[in-house]
Amino acid sequence: MPADYSQEPILKVEHMKQYFKVSSSYTVKAVDDVSFDIYPGETYGLVGESGSGKTTVGRGIIRLYDPTDGRITFKGKDITGKMDRETTNLLRTKMQMIFQDPMASLNPRKKIGDIIGEGLDIHQMYSTQEERKEKIDRILAKVGLAAEHYDRYPYQFSGGQRQRVGIARALIMNPELIIADECISALDVSIQAQVVNLMKDIQEETGTAYLFIAHDLSMVKYISDRIGVLHLGRMLETGTTQEIFSNPMHPYTRSLLSAIPVPDPATEKERIALEYHYETSGLNYDEGSLTLVGGSHYVHGTPQEIETWKRETQA
Amino acid sequence: MADKILDIRNLDITFTTTAGPVHAIRGVNMDLERGETVAVVGESGSGKSVVMKTAMGILAGNAEINSGEIHFRYKEDDGSTQDVDILQKDERWIRKNINGRRIAMIFQDPMTSLDPTMTIGKQLMEGMIMHLKLSAQEAAARAVKLLEEVGITDPAKRMKQYPHQLSGGMRQRVVIAMAISCNPDLLICDEPTTALDVTIQAKILELIKRLQKDHGISVIYITHDLGVVAKVADYVNVMYAGKIVEVGNIEEIFYDPKHPYTWGLLSAMPDLETDDSRLYTIPGSPPNLLHEVKGDAFAPRNQYALKIDTIAEPPMFKISETHYAATWLLDERAPKVEMPQELQKRIRRMRKEAKEDAG
Amino acid sequence: MSRKKNVVSEPALQSLQEAYVPTQEDFTFDTSIDIHTDRNYASVGFWKGVATRFFKNKRAVIGLVIIGISIFLALAGPYMNQYGYSDIQSVYDEETGNEVTARSLPPRIPWLHKLMTGEAYDDPFADRVFLFGTDSLGRDLWTRVWYGARVSLLIAFVTIFIDMIVGMTFGLVSGYFGGILDDFMQRFLEIANSIPRLVIVGVLATFMPKGIGLVIVALLLTEWIGMSKIARAEMLKNKEQEYIMASRTLGAGSGRIIFIDILPNTIGPIITQMMFSIPNAIFTEAFLSFVGVGIMLPQCSIGSLIEDGFNNITTLPYQIVPPILVLAFLMLAFNFVGDGLREALAPRIEDM
Repeated sequence: MPADYSQEPILKVEHMKQYFKVSSSYTVKAVDDVSFDIYPGETYGLVGESGSGKTTVGRGIIRLYDPTDGRITFKGKDITGKMDRETTNLLRTKMQMIFQDPMASLNPRKKIGDIIGEGLDIHQMYSTQEERKEKIDRILAKVGLAAEHYDRYPYQFSGGQRQRVGIARALIMNPELIIADECISALDVSIQAQVVNLMKDIQEETGTAYLFIAHDLSMVKYISDRIGVLHLGRMLETGTTQEIFSNPMHPYTRSLLSAIPVPDPATEKERIALEYHYETSGLNYDEGSLTLVGGSHYVHGTPQEIETWKRETQA
Repeated sequence: MADKILDIRNLDITFTTTAGPVHAIRGVNMDLERGETVAVVGESGSGKSVVMKTAMGILAGNAEINSGEIHFRYKEDDGSTQDVDILQKDERWIRKNINGRRIAMIFQDPMTSLDPTMTIGKQLMEGMIMHLKLSAQEAAARAVKLLEEVGITDPAKRMKQYPHQLSGGMRQRVVIAMAISCNPDLLICDEPTTALDVTIQAKILELIKRLQKDHGISVIYITHDLGVVAKVADYVNVMYAGKIVEVGNIEEIFYDPKHPYTWGLLSAMPDLETDDSRLYTIPGSPPNLLHEVKGDAFAPRNQYALKIDTIAEPPMFKISETHYAATWLLDERAPKVEMPQELQKRIRRMRKEAKEDAG
Repeated sequence: MSRKKNVVSEPALQSLQEAYVPTQEDFTFDTSIDIHTDRNYASVGFWKGVATRFFKNKRAVIGLVIIGISIFLALAGPYMNQYGYSDIQSVYDEETGNEVTARSLPPRIPWLHKLMTGEAYDDPFADRVFLFGTDSLGRDLWTRVWYGARVSLLIAFVTIFIDMIVGMTFGLVSGYFGGILDDFMQRFLEIANSIPRLVIVGVLATFMPKGIGLVIVALLLTEWIGMSKIARAEMLKNKEQEYIMASRTLGAGSGRIIFIDILPNTIGPIITQMMFSIPNAIFTEAFLSFVGVGIMLPQCSIGSLIEDGFNNITTLPYQIVPPILVLAFLMLAFNFVGDGLREALAPRIEDM
């Protein structure tokens, strides 16, 4: 099922801000005025280096943090501030998360079956134990694990297998949006592809949308319909995958693209990555704003900067 | 001229664990010529790090070496060439003559090599004072030069800083400066960029490449990332479940891979032109080496598995002087199997580009 | 430039090939392998691994054996002879017409004495066995030592068990909610911790009768603090883990997260802490009895026996030896087991 842009977005993030007060005089602006939408069945890739705030965005949306400011709407319901019971239930079932570290994201003292079944237990989504077991077994099979894994513990599994368990845990709730927070970066490249394939299969079958948070652009390109580039808590550029990859405008985006490793010795041996340092770039993110440059392609900058970049990229 | 710096023969290692013996390395052969770069590629648990730790003499206490030789050839300070079997040497000798002196290692997480309570300068000088018998002033002067060489700005100031005051990329540069401070013959890089941001990854690899050329160091990369391999390596060893399943030079491995596992590794990594709806991947997970492997360890994940794979272990079939692969598919009696379509398409495209670049 | 690289000679494989000659049939695809279901997993369970590592540790096993023997003797020891722990042993001496009590007899085993010296004891108790001798009132020390050990162990186990529950709950709740509640609970804990145990005992002694009850209350008031610190530290370590975030994104409430998700993960360190607390409790009990606010006569505990022995140490030194040895062995054994558990629960990577 491809992304459906005719419908209302399933998730709307408007001017999200997330500040962390470190001391009375020092506040970290982890996320500063970030806005984007995700449509049903769509995969939105959020890329940036460590410290860019991409993980904070994900955690703020699923309300592991309470966003400092801004409005987040999920399936038409405002999920910022205090939520009523119904909204909480909606958020805790229809939005799920896959975590980064397959070693830390599974409770070491729980059986695989109980880890996957936790959501069912919390929301009382079965009437008999047989029904619960059957649901869990079906999900295990779907993520390519065997029924005999039900009674095993997380440390008996490899990283890729654990990540499958993490996916199963999210999947069993039939979510409509899954936030995948760097969910492949801790895995071997060969296993990354397995997990990405699995996620694509699931999307085709269930029509769930993904917020795919990553720092590895090659996988992001492969899985995403649209991409947002985050740096120092700001959205610097967003657009369709096609727009970002064929016509990257912001110097930061261009440096990211130039750094993608390619499994081809002929090109890789020649490639020199572009450098980008905010301090020496002459840019001030506070001055610019997100500006439409065509299609659904937005770039963050002052009008003059954007003009310059337009000339540069067209040349 | 064959000037082998490292020559590993028939290495076989078992770990004793509470769960039983784990046969982690099952007969590994590998060699490296002076000045060249070899990459060892494989999934975690394939044993790639174990082999290198053995070469460094820093194997965990519960490992038992069943057989094998690791010959290391280096030039003594007086100019004579030494040929030692590292496995025959005791720990003290290795610490004094090999570790950090003639073989240096760079780890994935720079903090594992840095002492958080010591200044950068002190840590850099320590090795030089110990191994090269330099005076403190000489060592300090050289340390500043090294920091400059690895691209750290304002080195004199950095000397007085502590590791936590530097960014991840900077730290890795310091570790690299430490590694080359004693003019090693061989540098082993164990996933040197995995913990770093993409933009910094490429820079670090470029740095290692430059230093290698300037100092004439041989380098071994341990990685699961074929992007890294493509960028740096001359030769590639593909490792699976404690064995080397395919070796070849970089063109042979990337443009003419023969082992289905190598196919999987290559096509698992999308390049920017990949637009297929699915990536061809290797299903499942690597085997648990607690159980003795019968036949080909890769068979349970191999969509081209033959009946013979479950009976006998495939030998190394020779494809060219430099290219070998251990899969029964290369036996003349085996059915002819082509690599997956996606990969063929990509290789054709890459070859075309390579030709265009050359022309 | 062409060079010979990686010329492979693998005699092992050659011999394998010689042993098996493949047929043409072997070179057809094997369709019996299901490559799409991943059946791998490591086979060793967690507790089995812990047990293996624990029993490999010699000191821990020695400790466990000592504890086992001690518990057995504390339960069965007093019944191994005909004496009660408070019975004063006496014999009616027909010659003098007096009742003779077995006061302060050194350890004696009549048959062994006869074997070694060739003579029998020449006193009214010639046929009695007193393995540890008797005390100054004429009670059998073997019986009293093991009876005392039973009382001491019982006090230790009961108080530590209650302390574990109280301390663990306090620590987990304090660590989980954090913020003002945590501040408040931690300040309370610091104040409680800053009052010396002797002061607490002194205050308690003014309105409580001396005896087992006082010892237990004194231990309850002080020992839970260590437990709660461990539990809080474990909570702080665990609550930021991704698996807890996962539970929260699934809508788990605080109670579920604290007691179902995190509690089982703190069990290892808590049990270890218990092993270190038990000897501490035994020692505290001994100390309180020694200074005279603990166990009341005619009951006894390890501590009161040491006090008795200490009073006569210059004249009858053998009386103090058995209870001191039992105390020393128990303390050592529990510490060995605690250490062993700590190491077994936190395996080094190479053991995995």
